[in-house]
Amino acid sequence: MVDEILTIVLDGAIYASWLFIVALGLTFVFGVLKILNIAHGGIYALGAYSTATLVPIFYSLGMPEQLVILAMLVSALAVAIVITPIMERGILRRFYGQDEVLIVLVTYAIYLVLEDVQKLIWGMNSLYVSEPRELLGALEFGSLYYVGYDLALIGLAIFCGLFLWFVLNKTQSGKIVLAVIHNPEISGCMGVNINKVYLAAFFIGAFLAALAGSFTAPLISVQVGISVAVVIESFAVVIIGGLGSIPGAVIGALIIGMARAACVHKLPEAEIFIMYFCMAGMLIFKPKGLFQGAQARKI
Amino acid sequence: MNFFRQCLILTSSFLISLLTYVGISNADGHKGFKLGVVTFLSGPAAEPFGVPAWNGGKLFIKLLNEGKAPAPYNKIGFGGMKITAIPIDESGGATKQVQEFRNLVQRDKVDAVLGYVSSGDCMAIPSVADELKALTVLYDCGTPRVFEDASYKYVFRTAAHAAMDNIAIAKYLMEKGHDISSIAGINQNYAWGKDSWKDFSVSVKKLSPSSEIKNELFPKIFSGQYGTEISALMNSKAKVVHSSLWGGDLQSFILQAKPRGLFKRTQVVFSAGDHVMPGLGNKYPEGVILGARGQYGMMAPDTALNKWFYKSYMDEYGVFPAQPPYRMVQGLMGLKMAIEKAMEKNGGKEPNKDEIAAAFKGLEFDSPGGLVQMKLGDGHQAIQPHAIGTTAKDKDGNITVTDIVRYKASCVNPPNGIKAVDWINAGFPGADC
Repeated sequence: MVDEILTIVLDGAIYASWLFIVALGLTFVFGVLKILNIAHGGIYALGAYSTATLVPIFYSLGMPEQLVILAMLVSALAVAIVITPIMERGILRRFYGQDEVLIVLVTYAIYLVLEDVQKLIWGMNSLYVSEPRELLGALEFGSLYYVGYDLALIGLAIFCGLFLWFVLNKTQSGKIVLAVIHNPEISGCMGVNINKVYLAAFFIGAFLAALAGSFTAPLISVQVGISVAVVIESFAVVIIGGLGSIPGAVIGALIIGMARAACVHKLPEAEIFIMYFCMAGMLIFKPKGLFQGAQARKI
Repeated sequence: MNFFRQCLILTSSFLISLLTYVGISNADGHKGFKLGVVTFLSGPAAEPFGVPAWNGGKLFIKLLNEGKAPAPYNKIGFGGMKITAIPIDESGGATKQVQEFRNLVQRDKVDAVLGYVSSGDCMAIPSVADELKALTVLYDCGTPRVFEDASYKYVFRTAAHAAMDNIAIAKYLMEKGHDISSIAGINQNYAWGKDSWKDFSVSVKKLSPSSEIKNELFPKIFSGQYGTEISALMNSKAKVVHSSLWGGDLQSFILQAKPRGLFKRTQVVFSAGDHVMPGLGNKYPEGVILGARGQYGMMAPDTALNKWFYKSYMDEYGVFPAQPPYRMVQGLMGLKMAIEKAMEKNGGKEPNKDEIAAAFKGLEFDSPGGLVQMKLGDGHQAIQPHAIGTTAKDKDGNITVTDIVRYKASCVNPPNGIKAVDWINAGFPGADC
């Protein structure tokens, strides 16, 4: 019994960590730019592809194995550096302040373009890059073996969440971002360069999406179509937690991760709809999510 | 003047029609054969299924048009008619495919349609095909229900349905003395996964009534993350884990389960596990029992026809053919044989679709995967021999398939008129092994 509970908690935590890293960027971008970015899944896929491309090059250069994590970070960073100016400066900027539905459609169009970009660059074949997953060996918990890499994802998720919280709440730049979140017009009047804040926020969101893809690449076969499930599941997380809320993303990811793990172990028939059940329940009883605070009415 | 203009228009129209006819006719006077080919060219099913299948199809059509295929396929094209293929992407769901099918038949005026990997599409297309009187060859999909729940005049399936895959695996486990006292399964949550698990678990229960089902997992298709499912399977301590996962889902499952020791702790069986071998290479685990949905790829028979196809595909694409190209080529061979049989019967004229359908019914033809017999579904559904093997490393350290057992078509397929699941439940009556 204890073994089973431990297994459910560990499986749930690993899944929740992965979900959190993906959802964190999505919720942050919405918080600052008020954009529900469906193309987030496409950036995630680009992160996975770039890692699947860069890591074999890294190994072929004879670099020390331990530094492969660095190669994965670089690949995520490269994706964010390339995609941010194209998407934020080139396209999204023209739609700020427009109807939310229009912006969702624009990001959906970008998502479709990114899917085709993947086919154009990498073709239809799957890419495999499972070597980084062997880096940390396997650990025994109860009667099961867990791969160290999977457990390290929990640490990565905690680090990402704490780092973003620290930057937002304890640094001057973070406080400027918070001011823009609260009221972009007043912040602009006070001398804040809103465009720069938007660009930086989008960059962070894109980096987090690419980072999630990058660290997921060793777990999966990287191929066209991997972003579909990610878009749906990360949306479920931010709907449960509240759009734009970082603590909400933590709780949302934990709820879905734990509920899913419990279902797979104890009630497999329910696994397919548990995520939608949680999401629907939240929409019925708290439509703005768990952590959507009261908002001042603007006159 | 008016009369002169009318004459000019009529003469021009006649000349244009004549030139068009000559343009699409071959040297021997036959018109070409327009074939709609529908398979996944985008999305998650493209890389493992659609693209290699179409690669095989393209190559075979090219060789047929050049008259370079071996006997009995050495006549140019289909009975002398050069084949023009119109490839269509299967992604987008059944509603879209029905529209694409109508476009192919009514707008593009194809002579036949060959296609469909998805069982959902195979369930949706046949009634439309009969409504439009369009000759249709289903080349890949697995659900037994197409001809078990209905009958069609113009629709044929040239590959065996999925019941064969799971019956053969259950028999293999039994014959090889594997412990099947407890089983568990991980299969996708849709018709293919559910039917595969039902056929396998019922077959095992029939062969070993004391066998216990420990766990039945049905993750959603394309979920990609299986960490929790792997824990649940390992916790269940089942002696055998069955899976009909395919494509990226199967690749991800293997990559995630291998370092966690699932393949060492339990006997894993993949009912359609061969098609990811070219991609995964030596990342594929040893000791896995697998089927290829027929005698395909590494489990293909040692015949001249197979050697020719295997080599042609290897030479063209630099990788060995797994099940998808075999099945598309099998469909093309069936269509070619039916057309040429109909031509023989009508004195060498180009046959109409009723003549081809009549010739197709109950047809038998050789394929690289062995003899295909259109025996089920009143002559519209194929049965074929099957093979099951176990993965191992060869002397060079490369993954290969050994310990192959071959099953006659009549050993692992139900007789005509009996549903697969009823046949299994009845204890395989009349099975000729």
